[in-house]
Amino acid sequence: METLSSEKIWQILNEVKDPEIPVVSVVEMGLIRAVGKEGNNVIVTMTPTFIGCPALNVMQSEIEERLRQAGAENVTVRTVLSPAWTTDWMTAQAREKLKNFGLAPPPRHEGQLDLALLESAACPYCGSEDTTLKNSFGPTLCRAIYVCNSCRQPFEQFKPI
Amino acid sequence: MDMDQAEKQAFERYLLAMADDELILGHRNSEWCGHAPLLEEDIAFANIALDEIGHASTWYAILSEFTGKDPETHPDRLVYFRDASDFHSARLVELPNGDWAFSMLRQYLFDAYEMVKLRELERSRYLPLAGAAAKIRKEELYHYRHTSAWIKRLGLGTEESHRRLQNALAALWPYTRQLFTPVAGEDLVVSSGFGSPSEVVEIAWREQVVPLLEESGLQLGHLSNLVPDVSRYDGSRDQHTPHLKVLVTELQSVARLEPDSSW
Repeated sequence: METLSSEKIWQILNEVKDPEIPVVSVVEMGLIRAVGKEGNNVIVTMTPTFIGCPALNVMQSEIEERLRQAGAENVTVRTVLSPAWTTDWMTAQAREKLKNFGLAPPPRHEGQLDLALLESAACPYCGSEDTTLKNSFGPTLCRAIYVCNSCRQPFEQFKPI
Repeated sequence: MDMDQAEKQAFERYLLAMADDELILGHRNSEWCGHAPLLEEDIAFANIALDEIGHASTWYAILSEFTGKDPETHPDRLVYFRDASDFHSARLVELPNGDWAFSMLRQYLFDAYEMVKLRELERSRYLPLAGAAAKIRKEELYHYRHTSAWIKRLGLGTEESHRRLQNALAALWPYTRQLFTPVAGEDLVVSSGFGSPSEVVEIAWREQVVPLLEESGLQLGHLSNLVPDVSRYDGSRDQHTPHLKVLVTELQSVARLEPDSSW
């Protein structure tokens, strides 16, 4: 079998989705920090969204499996915490996909994450910024629950972090 | 890294105390799952539990690497196969959940402690610790926002919610002292630049929590002078409440039945 090219590895990684947000890939989320290879041994370095996220192991197993199927002999998926992942690393496409999925994308914060910022979310359905936070915690660690005061639609937001 | 044996052991204790606090509090939080007074709060406490246990696993992994153990497998050894008497948790987090006000206030007091301590630890010279502190502090912002809002809501709410919160404060306040009692050898951890003095953390914590508690209509005056029941406990983390053993036994029961099984 021929050696896996870097391009091919990135392409495979781009097919791995976060099972809690099945519309965006780990690459679009900005979770893949580095890809290294030596012959057919591949080392993928990734970083978690929230540390306690139970989806992390699922994503790591899927990465290992897919790369092996594509011909990698040994696959190591390493986790790093620093620099800390930030929602600012999500690509523009990822934000658009989140919105179409009904999940308000996180506002950009350029590292200035303060409590006031955490209050704002634009409704992914009608675009109104007149929304009210109902719960900082939702069905997954990365989501908060809001209600839109304009179209009355409850919605979830990917929390800025 | 040149450290002598005493310095290494002190740093291990420092990390273990942090990890054990998060694990035990996370376990207590998880006990609210299915029992909280509102569905949203059931979800919130389950989320907070998951966060705290995730943070615990991070500290255990950092500790494992520091001691030359496998960071993938050693954390499970520490959690599931260590006797309760070897835990370094603070008694504050061991206490049973009590009522809603008690659990919420404990979580608030602990969140505030973590926020100020993590801010200090972001400057640790031990880079794995500094990196994890920066990461975890961002997550803790959400805890702090949630619990501080609830403290105001309960304190300024009904006569009953206020009374329950005030009672919780009287019960919990003496236990907070132990969070700021230096672990043995803390001076070595501080002089190596790896950790921060408890005293600094305590001052910052008080500046944060006292105004909020007062704003929430709580009476603090007589509490500020309260000290823990020193006749029963000292400030060290070697002595535990009887509740810890019950919790740890339950936590470990399945793993100890089949120690070699994989999940």
